[in-house]
Amino acid sequence: MKFETFSTTSSFIQRLDARIKLLSSLALIVVISLCRTFPTASAGLTVAIVLVLTAKLEPWLVFRRLMLVNGFVLFLWFTLPLTYPGETAFNLGPLGISREGIALAALISIKTNAAVLVLISLIATSSVAALGQALVQLKMPIKLCLLLLFSYRYIFVIHQEYLRLVRAARLRCFKAGTNMHTYRTTGYLFGMTLVKSHHRAHRVRQAMVLRGFQGQFRSLCESQLGKNEVGFSLLILTVVAALITVEIISRFQS
Amino acid sequence: MIAPPLIELESLSFSYTGSQSPVLDRINLTLQHQQQLGLIGPNGCGKTTLFHCIMGLLKPQSGSIRFKGNEISEVEDFFTLRKEIGMLFQDADDQLFSPTVIEDVAFGPLNLGARPKAALEVAHKTLTDLGLDHLEDRVTHHLSGGEKKLVSLATILSMQPRALFLDEPTNNLDPETRERLIDIIARLGLGFIIISHDYDFLAATCVDLAGMEAGRIVPADHSALHTHHHVHPHGTHPHKHGDH
Repeated sequence: MKFETFSTTSSFIQRLDARIKLLSSLALIVVISLCRTFPTASAGLTVAIVLVLTAKLEPWLVFRRLMLVNGFVLFLWFTLPLTYPGETAFNLGPLGISREGIALAALISIKTNAAVLVLISLIATSSVAALGQALVQLKMPIKLCLLLLFSYRYIFVIHQEYLRLVRAARLRCFKAGTNMHTYRTTGYLFGMTLVKSHHRAHRVRQAMVLRGFQGQFRSLCESQLGKNEVGFSLLILTVVAALITVEIISRFQS
Repeated sequence: MIAPPLIELESLSFSYTGSQSPVLDRINLTLQHQQQLGLIGPNGCGKTTLFHCIMGLLKPQSGSIRFKGNEISEVEDFFTLRKEIGMLFQDADDQLFSPTVIEDVAFGPLNLGARPKAALEVAHKTLTDLGLDHLEDRVTHHLSGGEKKLVSLATILSMQPRALFLDEPTNNLDPETRERLIDIIARLGLGFIIISHDYDFLAATCVDLAGMEAGRIVPADHSALHTHHHVHPHGTHPHKHGDH
């Protein structure tokens, strides 16, 4: 398992405070996902591409991640033009392809890609630890923040424990097949992983309590919002305002 | 006036709910300040449970625990004890939960109320003292087993404890890290209890030894330990311990 592909590339965006990045991406994504016109969606996509370029990410890795999302978008292209009511653009044999359906699929594609690129450039460039800490500082429910941080820390350990069990089963000549024995064994493997994780969680808590943990995380970095953060926030606010204006004008015209 | 011992257990008994036989059976044990005690015993004889009872993670059914002469039973009492006694868990993955090494080492000091800057300084100093400062920014779950063990020791030492409880510290350690651990423990000069079934390790680190069997403290077999401790290092055929 490999995480945090993008959080190690040093760039202006990577160094920004995670709180600002969270809020900025939230603002951008809300506007992008609520817009209904092509000019706004395209402008949003352009902004997202500029952000990705500023973040100096490996283009190939970004592309691969985009393809993952576009796998889902592809389904829309199969269904929407066929099912969406509206004017027929052309006929595919007995099937009528709807013009509105194509337009909607295209709009969704642009919006999806724009939103994912915003996430990759702003969220994925922070470490999970920084994001968790930022969420705490943004006064999100502490339990959920801790859940995020601990899931991230222990997913490796749990995965290793699971692999160890799988290995133990394989070494005793276990082969998966379509039979009760396989179902039962798989059930045991998952069940055992769950039990082990539960025990692990208990021990981790004990170790934390012994070091004085009382339910509250104290942050090491006394984070300060510097010039860069203020500048970036203003820039994003302007962009968001511009996107909203474009949307209003486009809707008015159509 | 003689200072009361650091820890005094009197007739401490503990059994898990639903279990017939007690895990700890009327244990009497005294740990003086600076005393370096090794507890040896087979798996499942109650060694870890003993630590957990003293640290307040488990509540014994009967008997008393005195810390510096004062009986402790309430949660608040254990806070003072936990500040002065650091416990190292068997599995380092249980102890290291922060994303990076330095954050984990600073976790204890922060909880004790240190300012972030002071906590960072203590964490840095602790790691440097142990020769681990190159690991500071490493991600905890990417460390090797030996590194994890030494870093989890650092997470406890950064709280500047007066004594240590080490639970099977040599489990799964390579000989090199094991030697390093022996070296570190000797240099610290703190009092401690080490539980282990690694005779040679206890002989190399502890002054006093006791055994544990079926929930009771028994005198350790001193003759066997002394032979190991004194004969081998000066023998004509020097060999490494712990790898047999």
